[in-house]
Amino acid sequence: MTIIRGKVWKFGDNVNTDAMAPGFAFKAPWEELKKLILHTHPKFTHEAKPGDVIVAGKNWGCGSSREQAPANMKRLGIGCVLAESFGRIYFRNSVALAFPSLVCPGVSEAFDEGDEFELELESARVRNITKGTKLQGEPLSPDMLAIIAAGGIIPTLKERLKTKR
Amino acid sequence: MGMTMAEKVLARASGRGEVKPGEYVTARVDQVMGHDAFAEVYGVLKKAGIDRVWDPSRIAVLLDHYVPAPSVAYAEDHKLIREAVKKFGIENWYDMKAGICHQIMGEKGHIIPGDLVVGCDSHTTSYGALGAAGTGIGVSEVAYVVATGELWMKVPPTLKFVIQGDLPAGVMSKDIILYIAGKYTTEVAQYKAVEFKGSTVEKMSIASRMTMANMGVEIGAKFAFFEADQKTLDYLDGRTRGKAKRPVGLFKADPDARYEQVYEIDISHLEPQVACPHDVGNVRPISQVGDIKVDQAFLGSCTNGRFEDLEIAATILKGKRVHSETRLIVFPASWEIYLDALRAGILEALIEAGAVVCNPGCGPCLGGHMGLLAAGERCIASSNRNFKGREGSTEAEVYLASPATVAASAVAGKIVDPRQDMRMEEKRR
Repeated sequence: MTIIRGKVWKFGDNVNTDAMAPGFAFKAPWEELKKLILHTHPKFTHEAKPGDVIVAGKNWGCGSSREQAPANMKRLGIGCVLAESFGRIYFRNSVALAFPSLVCPGVSEAFDEGDEFELELESARVRNITKGTKLQGEPLSPDMLAIIAAGGIIPTLKERLKTKR
Repeated sequence: MGMTMAEKVLARASGRGEVKPGEYVTARVDQVMGHDAFAEVYGVLKKAGIDRVWDPSRIAVLLDHYVPAPSVAYAEDHKLIREAVKKFGIENWYDMKAGICHQIMGEKGHIIPGDLVVGCDSHTTSYGALGAAGTGIGVSEVAYVVATGELWMKVPPTLKFVIQGDLPAGVMSKDIILYIAGKYTTEVAQYKAVEFKGSTVEKMSIASRMTMANMGVEIGAKFAFFEADQKTLDYLDGRTRGKAKRPVGLFKADPDARYEQVYEIDISHLEPQVACPHDVGNVRPISQVGDIKVDQAFLGSCTNGRFEDLEIAATILKGKRVHSETRLIVFPASWEIYLDALRAGILEALIEAGAVVCNPGCGPCLGGHMGLLAAGERCIASSNRNFKGREGSTEAEVYLASPATVAASAVAGKIVDPRQDMRMEEKRR
């Protein structure tokens, strides 16, 4: 059982992958780039800490196929993203990179910024520790959980190639 | 039980008689597309210790995002890609000498109706214009496909948009897809496939269909299909010879296929549409956009850089001048289009009007290079995204519209309705 706990950063609807990984900064050094990740939020870029988590509205990660979007958040040390819904390529990429992103209806309403959050990954059970409330997210499929448990699609590929081509 | 186009493709690709929405399948992919991000794919393959690919004839790679290389860092990426192409013996390699990936995949005959195609680019949905299931994935998953030829997929439910009526002069397929994004939201098709049907799309050129399929991803779609009809076959005739892995033929949904939702749209009186900053769904009819001065007008991209797009712009710009305080930059979507437009006198008309005509490629669309915006500047663009910071400064604004609206606005120096120009043009004829 995998438990993810952290302090919540709140985002609205339709946060796109350009905001998570701006095209004009693809080649920028990490120290510069990390100040631009989710630059559309007034405080996140300055105050987010490793171990924090993100709670968002609808269509989180809409837009581009750029894998840097979940990769950047993983590199910042963000624990997971829970949203009302996801852009589909972002969602696939987050599975491929073993960065948990889960659909959880009602999650936007249930959390305020700064609340203490807890997720049990396999069952998708969510708890607002600050408010003492519970929510049920949509569990990832067994195949997706297996990819995440293996550390992503590349370790999965390596394992597969050991057995068949 | 009848199947939608998405269900038919995924049933065939997973070797099943039938699939239903919500099922997970392991699909055999027909084609893979890689652009400048193939440098990252190569990095992933190296990390995984992969020294050969599943099928070099089913992989197409080219450079379009950053051509010619705008910095040493991108030049290094291109060098890596050339190395990867040689190492793996990739058979369909165009370097920077073809155009934008989504135009080239169709133009060079790498896609046939009913194919399942993945690429490291979200606008891979474009191939739906040819009746193919195209969808974008990230570089790690592209590496997985390049190594194995397979990918997990969830069978999506399908939405049907039935579009009826004749488009008024000066109104284009871009206006229809922007209208859909505005009215039905940018996530109406999230995790879903769409099929565009009706008398309007039957009459539409393949180029106009590509515009809508391209922006299918902007309404969340996994696939954005048009039926492959006689027009599709005429377009592909001669292009797919010696390349198609299966017979090329008509492809459509079964008559009794099941749709999650059917939307009926009459576009007979549609106004030109504009997606205002900073969201593709923030769409208004042009009469309600207000007085918006533009510093730059961008004509091009995988959405609207095709011959008919350059042609309508030249029709509007011929004999006129681009506004003194506005810059018009033009990017034909491919070398073929570039040459056709050159021979037809279209580029001449654009240049004489004051346009800067650049080489085929993505240009400033994704904030790479060639016409980025300064803080406080505004751009009217025929491209597909207007996210904050998309084409340069996070303090700049991008408005999305059709090529006709972009051309008319370049002349006026502000966002204007192109219909007046087109009505006058029709009278002249």
